[in-house]
Amino acid sequence: MEKRYEILPHTADSKFRAFGLTLEEAYGNAAVALASLMWDWAKIPSRKTIELQVRARDREQLLVKFLNEIIFLADTRGFLLGSVEELLIDETDTGLALKARLRGDDRSGGYELSGEVKAATYNEIYIKEDGGFKVEAVVDS
Amino acid sequence: MKVPAVIYSSAALLEAIKKDKTLTQAANVAWLPGIQRLAYVMPDAHQGYGFPIGGVAAFDLDEGIISPGGVGYDINCGIRLIRTDYYEKDIESKRRELLEELFKEVPAGMGKSGIVKLSQKVLKEILTKGAEWAVENGYGTAEDLERTEENGRMKEASTDGISGRALERGLPQLGTLGSGNHFLEIQKVDKIFDRQAAGAFGIDERGQILVMVHCGSRGFGHQVATDYIELMENEFGVKGLPDRELVNAPFKSEMGRRYYRSMCAAVNYAFANRQMIAHWIRQAFVRIAGSSEGMRQVYDVCHNVAKVEKHVLEGREKLLCVHRKGATRSFGPGRPEIPAVYRAVGQPVLIPGSMGTASYVLAGTKESEARSFSSTAHGAGRVMSRHEALRRFRGERIRDELAGKGIELRSTSWKGVAEEASAAYKDVDEVVRVSDETGLGRLVARLVPVAVMKG
Repeated sequence: MEKRYEILPHTADSKFRAFGLTLEEAYGNAAVALASLMWDWAKIPSRKTIELQVRARDREQLLVKFLNEIIFLADTRGFLLGSVEELLIDETDTGLALKARLRGDDRSGGYELSGEVKAATYNEIYIKEDGGFKVEAVVDS
Repeated sequence: MKVPAVIYSSAALLEAIKKDKTLTQAANVAWLPGIQRLAYVMPDAHQGYGFPIGGVAAFDLDEGIISPGGVGYDINCGIRLIRTDYYEKDIESKRRELLEELFKEVPAGMGKSGIVKLSQKVLKEILTKGAEWAVENGYGTAEDLERTEENGRMKEASTDGISGRALERGLPQLGTLGSGNHFLEIQKVDKIFDRQAAGAFGIDERGQILVMVHCGSRGFGHQVATDYIELMENEFGVKGLPDRELVNAPFKSEMGRRYYRSMCAAVNYAFANRQMIAHWIRQAFVRIAGSSEGMRQVYDVCHNVAKVEKHVLEGREKLLCVHRKGATRSFGPGRPEIPAVYRAVGQPVLIPGSMGTASYVLAGTKESEARSFSSTAHGAGRVMSRHEALRRFRGERIRDELAGKGIELRSTSWKGVAEEASAAYKDVDEVVRVSDETGLGRLVARLVPVAVMKG
């Protein structure tokens, strides 16, 4: 399987790079990369489903808001992301809209948690189309 | 750049910040509208978002801005220090038991909920009243409030601009330590540099036991920052900004005022948080050591905040919005904001080291007024990424090494311990030496850990 994401060095916080053939795939992999900083997403079964919608002005804001949703769901609902399905990004009159089905499980399942991420940031955010897509983000931990 | 930037550093510390984006970020700050005098970089600086960590900038209230990126995501992340009448010999045999008890009393670690169940109505009261709410509800004493920045309450706070999402994140987390670099430490006095100031702060002798807490406003403050970064961007845009995290609003605009009042609410959340934790620390000492008598608070400082303060500019007093992001206020003797008992010596400045290294108590100076809008460093400052630290160090090994030095360690996560390895940080001794020599804050006492609790 091709590499979906990699963790990059950053002095104070956590940074990652995610790949995809499409923008949608790259955003889905960015969500998984974020999850990898807090728990082992590969060990989370698909017991729960959350349908998510995010609107934003541009690609950067869309990525930050999407990642912040994953953090918010973990923080307030104890939802641990295992995978992202059917992620779609559409243009709207005011910018972009993202729809995704998040699959995962409740924290009460007793999974090992390994870190806390508290916010996605615009710091060094990078979205590039180059045959496929490459996105980078720094998150505050 | 509208004004120059000044970096307080040493040859050794400068090497580290030249490797990241600290200096570029300082130059970006110096470009913001309404900035006054100079942009300042503290000795422990490192790269942040928008502003560098260890960045200080003051803005004109009419022409200037307020920026969530100049405060930081963890609004009112700060330090509280409690002195005790105990000495090392008194607790030596009970150290492990004390640490276990603190671990039981103070919820810590990722996603850990607080013991206190709150309604939204009570949470809003806490956001308005800060540590005052905690004291009214039996957590600590009125004297604790006197010895807290702002007396534990920023009166400008309002919940009108707080989102439902922020409230939702804030509800379960009040009274929790959190994770990352947040900690609770039992420390002993290792060295006293200034007997008079130390005496005023209740720090009497070598070997005396103190307790230090480092934490902030948890997910609540992060949500306030996230919300306003988006709101400001939607209203004012980010065109022409060198960095999107420098998004800002004119201080006097409706958006600027709303952010300021919401930020004050997050400041109050953090004050209440540390006030509750201080109460549980005393309870743990009562249970294990027999008494909490003499456990007076030395002080509580914010190191991620924006405040309206009076400063002297070109010989005239003026109100300014001072942003301190990863910087500690260091008011010198005489400032009315300092508790009366400390007014002759200056404000206590609390600077924690990295895990297992020394922490320092400094006193604010008169000189810092003209040199940094009364600010100094806030800690050691990272030099290595968490990822790299995780690759190089093992949490269990660090625990064993600390045990060899006579330091007990407990954590909810060995991974977290590895990430916080002291080798991933700057040398705190060098940071405070620079602070002292440049006159930003003068050395009072050096504290070393006896027992460490990490989230």
